[in-house]
Amino acid sequence: MSEIAIRTQGLGKLYTLGRRRADKYRTLGEALAEAAGWLWRRNGAGAPESIWAVRDVSFEIGRGEVVGVIGRNGAGKTTLLKILSRITEPTAGEAEIRGRVGSLLEVGTGFHPDLTGRENVYLNGAILGMKRAEIERRFEQIVAFAEVEKFLDTAVKHYSSGMYLRLAFAVAAHLDPEILLVDEVLAVGDAVFQKKCLGKMGEVAGEGRTVLFVSHNMTAVRGLCGRVIQMEGGRITADSTDVDAVVSEYLTGGMEACSSREWPDAETAPGNDRIRIRLARIEPEAITVNTPFQVEVEYWNRKPGTRVGLSLFVHNQEGVCIFNSTTAREPCWHGKPHPEGLFRSVCRVPGNLLNAGSYTVFVKFYQGGVKGVLYQHTDLLLFEVQDIVEDRGEWFGRWPGAVRPDLRWTTAVVTEPWN
Amino acid sequence: MTSSTLPPSRLLIRPSRGWASLQLRDIWLYRELLYFLIWRDVKVRYKQTVLGAAWALLQPLATMLVFTLFFGRLARVPSDGIPYPLFSFTALVPWMFFANALGQSTNSLVGSANLLRKVYFPRLVIPVAAALGGLVDLAVSSTILAGMLAAYRVEWTARVAWVAPLVALALVVSLGAGLWLSALSVQYRDVRYVAPFLTQFWMFATPVVYSSSRLREPWRTVYGLNPMAGVVEGFRWALLGTGVAPGPMVAVSAAAAALLLATGAYYFRRMEKTFADLV
Repeated sequence: MSEIAIRTQGLGKLYTLGRRRADKYRTLGEALAEAAGWLWRRNGAGAPESIWAVRDVSFEIGRGEVVGVIGRNGAGKTTLLKILSRITEPTAGEAEIRGRVGSLLEVGTGFHPDLTGRENVYLNGAILGMKRAEIERRFEQIVAFAEVEKFLDTAVKHYSSGMYLRLAFAVAAHLDPEILLVDEVLAVGDAVFQKKCLGKMGEVAGEGRTVLFVSHNMTAVRGLCGRVIQMEGGRITADSTDVDAVVSEYLTGGMEACSSREWPDAETAPGNDRIRIRLARIEPEAITVNTPFQVEVEYWNRKPGTRVGLSLFVHNQEGVCIFNSTTAREPCWHGKPHPEGLFRSVCRVPGNLLNAGSYTVFVKFYQGGVKGVLYQHTDLLLFEVQDIVEDRGEWFGRWPGAVRPDLRWTTAVVTEPWN
Repeated sequence: MTSSTLPPSRLLIRPSRGWASLQLRDIWLYRELLYFLIWRDVKVRYKQTVLGAAWALLQPLATMLVFTLFFGRLARVPSDGIPYPLFSFTALVPWMFFANALGQSTNSLVGSANLLRKVYFPRLVIPVAAALGGLVDLAVSSTILAGMLAAYRVEWTARVAWVAPLVALALVVSLGAGLWLSALSVQYRDVRYVAPFLTQFWMFATPVVYSSSRLREPWRTVYGLNPMAGVVEGFRWALLGTGVAPGPMVAVSAAAAALLLATGAYYFRRMEKTFADLV
């Protein structure tokens, strides 16, 4: 590592959650009431909860390195990027950056829907830190990249979402930073857009610029990055140039934690006086887009005679329900009164159904018909469906679609050639 | 796409301690952003509304009519021998500018939450741009004032030159208060609802509908502690020949305004580092 572009030393960020975790906004009225309460009682109840979003992060990145940062949601990746781009201040440690920094945390921030495409290019450019003269010089290129020449003088609220994203990305893509910090901007837009973004990213990386690239798209990380930093709970858990090894480890390692859960003690297991869950598991552990798998749920029925029905929901990362399935056609026990005891329901899911990504499982226990919910548990399991890298060529982007069926195609000649 | 480009080639990021410096140089580096933000606000305001620029005319005119009816006609508030419509409108022009600039800058940070969370730039740019945007409306309402002065055959004197520094003073006051309120509103969301009340009370504490000429010295000078009192009376003096010459009262107002701006700016800078986390 000859020349250093980014160096961090013991970087940390502490967030105080406050007593009310749900609403971080306080009102002046509340603050006054609290102060008054404090004067009155002075019991100092409930020290505010705090959490280290980033903790003891130290690394050095050389000029021209392309580094992927991976980790689950809440691992501290975005916070790290926000510290490095000066949006938020660290609580501890320090970071040193040598070179002009461009940071891209989102697509389209600062765009105003009522302004035209042309006006937004200037506004957005200025927000990104470009000089007016720079924007003018690159204006033609930006517009050409975005392919919106005809709509330059139309308000962007009338743009299709694709045009909007292309224009937003185009401005940022024509920034000229020496160090580029990118956060998950490739997770939006359609396949064509993502391809274009990734192409541009590859180009930037190829030009010898330093790139720090936060992503959940493991295929892209594998394809673009020469080094990968893995974060967990705010700390760095891996930092290696062996990208494939870290990524595979990450994909399989993390799964065990969430794709199988067990509560041996019926008294403390999640549930209530009707139902308690003993076990929930996805089998097998490693799933790719074409593996069939099964969801197993073991539960105690605690009230004899209940006609327990089980309803399973699978949601993708965007929170979209991919499917819902119930025990309604289960042959043995459905609709029959269950005695008290431990039951086990298994739902078999065929391969070539789910697209690659993370999924959460939500389970609802209900009585007989649709009479009433006995118990429900959100985010019971979290599992990953991995992509298969074969036959993808240069295309690293996410395969579009909520599902990924393996469909039969036929092509036949309808008419004979003209002759 | 959110991004920011920092000019310095070597940057050290570490936790700040105690009172941060104002870093006015940063604002200068980002002057083009300041310009574009003002430009955006003005453009959007006039683009969206059906009435467009008429809105900037209608607001002070309607207020003037109401005041003339209630305070001038019904309550017979003395107006230093000036016809009440002219008397109140001369005060309303700087007051409305102040109130709008204050309102805009108070809401500016919370309104730009997305920018704060995704891009780096000196945060001061946002309330400053919001307050400066009010100058456009001021220009519009000033034209009516000029029309009214002509209609009432008021003669122009060299004192008119004082209008510019008085507008600057009003800007300083609105910015000073705006920095306080915008920074507070990031932390305490109800500030947004308190601010309009505050502005309303402030108006009645300012000689907009009445004249401060009934106060005897030194109380009139003390009244200047409300910096808007100095601005409004200064305006009347510059345009109508009544009110107070920019003497002790305006000097007190200027000092109060400077203090407000300085404390506001320091408070803002101190809270700035928490904005992205709280907003």
